[in-house]
Amino acid sequence: MKNIFKEVVGGFYSLTVGMGITLREFFRKPVTVHYPRESLKMPERYRSHLIFTSDENGASTCIACNLCVKACPTDCIIVEGEKKEGEKRKSVTKYDLDFTRCSLCGACVEVCPTDAIVFSKRYNLAATDRQQFHIIDLCKDLEERNKKKAR
Amino acid sequence: MTAAEPIRLLLFLVGAATFVGLNAAYLVWVERKGAGRFQRRAGPTEVGYAGLLQPIADAGKLMSKQLIVPPGADRMLFRLAPVMMMPPAIMAFAILPFSEYLVGIDLNVGLIALFAFSSFNVIAVMLAGWSSRNKYGIISAARVVSQNVAYEIPMMLVIITILMLAGTLSLTGIVDQQAGAFWNWNLFALASNPLMPVTFIIFFVCMLSETNRAPFDMAEAESELVAGAYTEYAGMGFGVFFMAEYANIVIGCAIAVILFLGGWHSPVGVFPGVFWFLLKLYFMVFVVIWVRWTFPRTQFYGLLNLSWKILIPISIFTLLLSAVMIKLV
Repeated sequence: MKNIFKEVVGGFYSLTVGMGITLREFFRKPVTVHYPRESLKMPERYRSHLIFTSDENGASTCIACNLCVKACPTDCIIVEGEKKEGEKRKSVTKYDLDFTRCSLCGACVEVCPTDAIVFSKRYNLAATDRQQFHIIDLCKDLEERNKKKAR
Repeated sequence: MTAAEPIRLLLFLVGAATFVGLNAAYLVWVERKGAGRFQRRAGPTEVGYAGLLQPIADAGKLMSKQLIVPPGADRMLFRLAPVMMMPPAIMAFAILPFSEYLVGIDLNVGLIALFAFSSFNVIAVMLAGWSSRNKYGIISAARVVSQNVAYEIPMMLVIITILMLAGTLSLTGIVDQQAGAFWNWNLFALASNPLMPVTFIIFFVCMLSETNRAPFDMAEAESELVAGAYTEYAGMGFGVFFMAEYANIVIGCAIAVILFLGGWHSPVGVFPGVFWFLLKLYFMVFVVIWVRWTFPRTQFYGLLNLSWKILIPISIFTLLLSAVMIKLV
């Protein structure tokens, strides 16, 4: 008899505790991120396709040394450079990345002597066509970013 | 009966039907918003401001769908079940006193009529489940009927306790006895029965069970029975069940407000009666939603155990206690 009484009162008490917990959550802010309109900041170590870093003039620091090309296990990088008049080092004219083959291993980023390439944090990558990812033109991308910054 | 009386009743009926429809549509919105907030989500946000047009979109979808009768179903009963579900829910609104002036018809046996109407949904759900020739439907029909056995008895014992205090079956009469401040409400009528809050809780649990709400929604347990008795219904056939279900929740909460929470009487003496009635009513509805999103579904024997081992003994005890108190005082 005593046990039954204890069970009923204790059970009811536990129900009110549960109701209290849900009510507390009710008045807290929702944690939902409304994705297309707002998005989370990508974590520091997130890896998406390569992009150029730039110096204070907005130019790439790539010296077309081809170390990344050699380091790449899947041969997905093509780099061309030329030596401009009055400059000590070569500068890059073409940097194409075949993103369909890239495994984001990071060997190129590690080996780069001038830290000219880094992983971007672009995750909204979708296309209806595979061709879109065959060649990602890093020079063009840097130009576009500079244009956007200038505006 | 004056000449204006039939017109007034007709207007009241139209009003009640409108209220049932809008109420169901927007309670779905409240339910989804509430569920979202209890789980720290946002709920519907896309259709209209804060998702306020979502019910209209849902209604448009339901109305434009084809009504399908599954092959092998009992055609007549299958069509009859939604029809049996809806009118009792609307009829109950004719008896509910929203305020001292806003009442369709003040029956002197109002409480009995109200319970007669509100227990009608069991038959409708049973017919729906039985006639749709679907295993989930039949399990659901069996569950809803046996669930009926569990909650009706403690509920009626609680009602008798209230009736012994009130001495009348008229709903306006019961509410009028709770006039004045909130300590006159039956919930706080501790002088005539010190266990009145417990009685209220028993009533609330039975009401949850009667309206097939979680944690007692065994009849339409989505995770086990798809949609239970409603599995085979498409379009507005399903919509009618949904509307009636939400109307029944409102009726159940209205009965709780009338019997225990002083009906349209204000606890502090300002604002008109309808305001207070609806405030208390929708507070109760909020509690119902709150309970649903807090507790998981019980199993069937859970409800039977609760009913026969706890609710019925306690409600018999409170009944006897208030009988003794009335005799002594």
